[in-house]
Amino acid sequence: MHEFVHGGAAMIVQALAFYLFAFVTVTSGVMVISARNPVHSVLFLIAAFFSSAGLFVLLGAEFLAMILIVVYVGAVAVLFMFVVMMLDINYTEMRQGFLRYLPIGGLIGLVLLVELLVVVGGWALSPEAAHSGAAPMPAPGVLSNTHALGELLYTRYVYLFQAAGIVLLVAMIGAIVLTHRQREGVRRQRISDQLQRRAEDSVEVRDVPTGKGI
Amino acid sequence: MADVPNLMPALPEIFLVCAAMALLMLGVFQTGNEGKEGVKTAHLISNLSLTALVLTLLLVTTIASGPMRTFGGMFINDAFAVFFKVLVLIASALAITISQEYVTRQGIARLEFGVLILLATVGMMMMISANDLMAMYLGLEVQSLALYVLASFQRDDLRSTEAGLKYFVLGALASGLLLYGCSLVYGFSGTTSFDTLAALFGAHPAEAPSVGLVIGIVFILAGLAFKVSAVPFHMWTPDVYEGAPTPVTAFFSIGPKIAALALFLRIMIGPFGDLAAQWQQIVVFIAIASMVLGAFAAINQTNIKRLMAYSSIGHIGYALIGLAVAGQGGDGAVREAGIQGVLIYMAIYLFMNVGTFACILCMRRSDHMVEDIDDLAGLSKSHPMMALALAIFMFSMAGIPPLAGFFGKFYIFLAAVEAELYGLAVIGVLSSVVAAFYYLRIVKVMYFDALADSLEKPIGRDMAGVLVGTSLIILLFFAWPTPLLSAAAAATRGLFAG
Repeated sequence: MHEFVHGGAAMIVQALAFYLFAFVTVTSGVMVISARNPVHSVLFLIAAFFSSAGLFVLLGAEFLAMILIVVYVGAVAVLFMFVVMMLDINYTEMRQGFLRYLPIGGLIGLVLLVELLVVVGGWALSPEAAHSGAAPMPAPGVLSNTHALGELLYTRYVYLFQAAGIVLLVAMIGAIVLTHRQREGVRRQRISDQLQRRAEDSVEVRDVPTGKGI
Repeated sequence: MADVPNLMPALPEIFLVCAAMALLMLGVFQTGNEGKEGVKTAHLISNLSLTALVLTLLLVTTIASGPMRTFGGMFINDAFAVFFKVLVLIASALAITISQEYVTRQGIARLEFGVLILLATVGMMMMISANDLMAMYLGLEVQSLALYVLASFQRDDLRSTEAGLKYFVLGALASGLLLYGCSLVYGFSGTTSFDTLAALFGAHPAEAPSVGLVIGIVFILAGLAFKVSAVPFHMWTPDVYEGAPTPVTAFFSIGPKIAALALFLRIMIGPFGDLAAQWQQIVVFIAIASMVLGAFAAINQTNIKRLMAYSSIGHIGYALIGLAVAGQGGDGAVREAGIQGVLIYMAIYLFMNVGTFACILCMRRSDHMVEDIDDLAGLSKSHPMMALALAIFMFSMAGIPPLAGFFGKFYIFLAAVEAELYGLAVIGVLSSVVAAFYYLRIVKVMYFDALADSLEKPIGRDMAGVLVGTSLIILLFFAWPTPLLSAAAAATRGLFAG
């Protein structure tokens, strides 16, 4: 009896959390496209990412939640922020055709919605699919999915994991080769020079005769 | 805990990638990376890269013994892989050798040059050893990314930047096609492993494969055809070859082509070998189109780098005849003869091309590079030895006996005739006659045109060494062909044994 009450309370908390996150996600999503200031749009986008990460946690996919925050908030949204602040775009001008493009935009949205409904409606998982995966799925509750993914990634797929690392290394070298330039006249901080500086090098004691300058 | 995978088969790759990273660190922490100091560092790194390539070559040849799979079957090291890895390593080493003087003179001597060539080589070796769709894709990407950067290495030059950008955009498109094909094949078969795919298609040879699977194979074929620059996916080749720094062009025309062709052969003969009826006509078409375009489009070229681009398209066409023969089915010996022809052809093509590009790199007048065919006028009077070497390469590319290029074509056409692909053989012979026109025109310009303005002398010790070495190999191949023939035969058996 006690357990039942406990479970019920947890369900209620879960449902409340779901509605909270879902509400914040949808509202921020709407605000992203309706906010007047593009910087606000990006901030709302970050809010949307955060609350979708919350939804993932509720689903038990904590790895995806972490990735969403680290990659999308940490990298993509910050990049957006830079782009928005650095590009000089007149947003009020861009907004002027909004009503004109509304019908065709709405039509495309409607077509996509119908297609999505058809796909989701006709979705059937084949009964063998659960067993034919390349790696056996761990029983729920035994391993967290981060742990399970890590165990696969560093054993069975270690070759691909390392190869992907090399791809990133090459991309990094490439970016430096193609863009890095040594500029003239840049003042660098040379810490060793600073530390080696002695009073004798920079302070000069002069005997100044009275009544005259140097 | 899972066992540690057997690292032995992949030891050369692991060594090379560690060497690349160590050299990068060494170069970065050298004092001063600009001006004279920078050039010195770049030379040091290039020389060490060369050493690393030679050591890898030794590793590759010592480890070889029978097919070895590792990393859960994603990586395979067999006689076929060893053959192509040796070719690729030789190609990279020669490319670094002939690039040294050029990068110094053009002011692009930077330590990353050698490191990027090493990393591209790692990618090529991963492609050659790939035994899984995912491993294949990652190998291809490591290679391609390094090559995109190399193409625009002369970043202050407009044409080099343009070449890099073009190559990048079109290469990304091709990678997309390839990935889409891989996803379709995976979706319709449920596996990405080459071994499992081969077993799957081999088990039901009579059944017609599903349409989705065939579309997937066609997409993979298109992606690979782009990487070997076969018609109709060749459009990027002339522009990229012309714009990229010349040593990089030399590298492009050998290393990546050889690696991509190795992958092409492995994937078509291995997993899709039993579906040959589906892809053989496509390969026949690509081969014919490449040969014909390579022969006719090169006629009007005045820039020797563009000419070499069209010539390389043509050569890939001839090599693909061998694959078409292997897809013809029927007699096992004939199929093996086709693949063996491709291997011999690519080995000879490697040396002809390196030699020709070494000559192009010597075309310098009052401290800037010249690239027009007319600039070679009267070369026989100013540089008799270099003219002789270039003449040998041109005669060999045209396929005139007893030079090595003749034997490359001979084995391919012989296999085509044995497989009763007479149309392919006839078109191949005719287009090589047309191609002979522009190869021989270069010889005519060198020997019979009046000397205009002499090219710079002397050509440098490295260049002279490469020229003498490659021209001797091309000239004397007929006297001692056994090592190459037996190595190619062993590699072919390795491929068919799976």
